Parts: sequence; structure tokens; C-alpha cells
Amino acid sequence: MAKRVGMEVSIAIAEAARQANVDVVSAYPITPQTHIVEHLASLVADGELDAEYITVESEHTAMSACVGAAAAGARVFTSTSSQGLALMHEILYLAPSLRTPVVMALANRALSGPISIWNDHSDVMGQRDTGWISIFANNGQEAYDLTLMAFKIGEHPDVLLPVMVNFDGFILTHVIEPLYMFEDEELEGYLPPFEYKYKLDTDNPMTLGPVGLPDVYTEAKKQQDVAIRNSRKVIDEVLKEFGENFGRKYNPIEHYKSDDADIILLTQGSVTEAAEVAVDALREQGKKVGIVELRLWRPFPFQDLIDALVNAKCVVVLDRCISFGGQAGPVLSEVRSALYHEPKRPMVVGCVAGLGGRDISLENYIEMFEIGENFLKTGKEPEIVKIVGLRE
Amino acid sequence: MMNPKPKWTELTFACIIPEPGNSVEYKTGDWKTLAPVVDKKRCIKCGTCYIFCPEYAYEKDEYGYFNPNYDYCKGCGICAVECPASCITMEEEVKE
Repeated sequence: MAKRVGMEVSIAIAEAARQANVDVVSAYPITPQTHIVEHLASLVADGELDAEYITVESEHTAMSACVGAAAAGARVFTSTSSQGLALMHEILYLAPSLRTPVVMALANRALSGPISIWNDHSDVMGQRDTGWISIFANNGQEAYDLTLMAFKIGEHPDVLLPVMVNFDGFILTHVIEPLYMFEDEELEGYLPPFEYKYKLDTDNPMTLGPVGLPDVYTEAKKQQDVAIRNSRKVIDEVLKEFGENFGRKYNPIEHYKSDDADIILLTQGSVTEAAEVAVDALREQGKKVGIVELRLWRPFPFQDLIDALVNAKCVVVLDRCISFGGQAGPVLSEVRSALYHEPKRPMVVGCVAGLGGRDISLENYIEMFEIGENFLKTGKEPEIVKIVGLRE
Repeated sequence: MMNPKPKWTELTFACIIPEPGNSVEYKTGDWKTLAPVVDKKRCIKCGTCYIFCPEYAYEKDEYGYFNPNYDYCKGCGICAVECPASCITMEEEVKE
């Protein structure tokens, strides 16, 4: 039976990669992800994981090695954060376009400058359109579970796409959390060996990654977009099957007291559980508030989100990243546009908080709901980028 | 051979080219503006042009001379620069 253990979340994520029996790990250490790849390097060095650990001089090369290894039919894992993800940018596009199912654990961290090693979501948002399946965990247990599920999703013959699992740097990575770890036997058969039909093979030579002249590039991109949209079916199956087998349920959109809520706070990542405390406090005052968590970021769960939000009067979108000179943040603009065609839709307002490791207090969450209340009362949108917790 | 203008549903998975060696079907010779012309009176048959050609466009004939295949030569001019006998000149393919 799964044991409940106290474990640093980074180590649990590395253990998930071990239990997935990865063939190749290539990564470059960066705070706050370092413990993950350090632990994997130890496992390989100690003979506890039969894998190639490819040491590299940069994240750009780490991702290149991962794509190459996956193309050769290996089960591949990597992990990074912030500047590391930014340095991978160029190769991030290759993994989905070559249909190589790399799994990445992304310890979300702010981007320079000023230099910040602390948590926000600027890194993942900058890579939004690279074509990766992208999913958020809001605690260590979820990060562990989703890492295992990521292999199952990405390697599914109907998907064959890379998957990034997002979890907040430090807030989750460096916390010792009580979580249920599977015994290795429990996972037997959960992840069958990865048999890549299209792998590079000298006995059956073929070309992967050729030039796409203007005659075919458009069609290739269409094929890729359809592939990630179609992955949703497998994502749903994998989440459902995990819940049925192991009792922990995951959905593309999660709810907290949002069914009858007038004002909904829309969250991603670890802030979700923290904001629940504010919802409970406001509910005690008789306020109809709730939370909707956008767990699945890509492919974007349009219909689920619409269903979750249309009955509310106002949605306050919390962005952990600023879209400079645009709408408050990328999540706000996506949520607003997803609702645009709905004949009955809530008002949508955005705020930014928790940048570069700034804690979001209970009062801050309550203020976010107040932004919604005021917006409903006055119909007047606050300044375009409303930053909660800003000194002014 | 694949339809040169496939619909997106007809494209191979991830644009894989499953058939090895089919680049010969793709003639790149019309990219060039200048074409190498070999003066066989001065050619010493050393094969330097053949070795340096990035397109493997030079072919050896029965007399031991190396001749550019204009179906594939892109006109880069590397052969003309490298030829130790200076017997290759880059000339306009179409003379008006």
C-alpha cells in the first residue's frame, strides 16, 4: 500500500521519475529545481535507476539532448526553472513539432531582472505558445501524481507530445510535505514500456525534422495544433483512470465552493489552496464567493471553463505574471476571450499578485474578492494592471 | 512519392520523411545565378571540386574528369575558389 511519508517535494518529483523508470535524464541545475536533478543524478550514480544521465553545459543543450533521446525512443525526463526554461525556448518548439514526448518538471520561478530566484509564473507564461501540454499542481502530492501521469499522457500513441508539470518554486519544491508515495509494485503496469513507432532507427532510416518549405509548413502547423487539441481526450482518460485506481481525483478545472458563487477567483498553482482560506472566511460573513482553478493550461479547457464560470456575476482572474503593456496578465486575456462569445457571461476583471516570491496574505485574497465586489457595484474597471500587495 | 502539395491530413506524422535517400528527387539546380564551367584543357583531374562540393554535385566521367550536375549545383562557387588548377570559372547560365 502507498505509504504516507514526510518528504521534500523536489525529492518526491525525482522519485516519480525513477518510478516511471526513465531511460534518459538531461538537465542543468537551477534554483529552485536543483534538488530534483541532484537526486536523480544520485539515483543513477548509485545504480538505483538504470538511466543515462546526460550532463550538459546549458539548458539549451539539456532540451536538445532530451528531444534527441526521445526521438530515439527513450523515456525522457528533465526539469528546470525560470532562466533555464527561457534558455530552452528555441528547442521547446522542437519537442512538440517533432512529436517527442519529453516530460518536464517546471519549478515555477520569476525571470530577471531584477534577478529573482523566487516564485511566480513568468517562466511558464513566456513559453505559452511553444506547443507543450501544460498542467499545474497546487501541492506536492499533485506534483508527484501529475509527474507520473505526464508520462502516460505524453507517450500515448494518440498524443506523442511533450508535457510540462508546473509547481511553484520554493513554496512547493522546498517544503517537506506529508504525501502518499506509491510502492514500486503498485505502479507495475501503470506505465508500459515506451514503444515509439516513429523512433530513429538505423535499420529503418528516415528523416525527422526536415526543412518545411512554404508548400508544407502551414499544413505541418495545422497538424500540430490538431494534435494538442486532440490530446484532451487522453488527458481526461488518464486523469479519470488515476482517480479510479488510486483514489486521488484530478480535473482540468477544479472548483472550490464555486457552484453558487457570485464572485469567483480564478487561480493556478499553489495559491489555490491558500485562497480557499479566504473563501471560508468570506463565506462565514455570508458572501457568496468561490474559486475556480485552471489546472490544465494547454490545451486550454474552453468548455469546462465556460461551464464553471457562466453562472457567476464576476470573475477575478489572479495572474502571477505581468503582460507588460497588455492586459494585466496572460491568464486574464485568455479567460476573457474564452467567455467573449457566451450570450450570458460574468464580468471579468484581473489582478496581479505574488510576483518574484512576494507572499500573498489572507488580506490580499480578501482584497481580490473586494475588487470583484467593487467592479460589480460600480461597473468600473480598476486600473488596467491592478497589483494586489503593491506598496503605493 | 508524396503529393507535393498535401492537405494537412495527408502530411506524414510530424513531417517525417519515411523514405531514405529521396533528396535526389528534389532538384535544387534552379537556385543558382552563376554556374561553374570546367575548362578541361587545364583540368588535372585531382577531384578537389568533387571533395569540396557541399551538394555532391560533381560526378566523375569515363575519362576521369569531374563535371558538375547542373540539376543539383546551387552555384555556390566553392569549387571555383578551391580548384588548384584554376580551371573552373563561374559564368552566367543564361547569356543574353
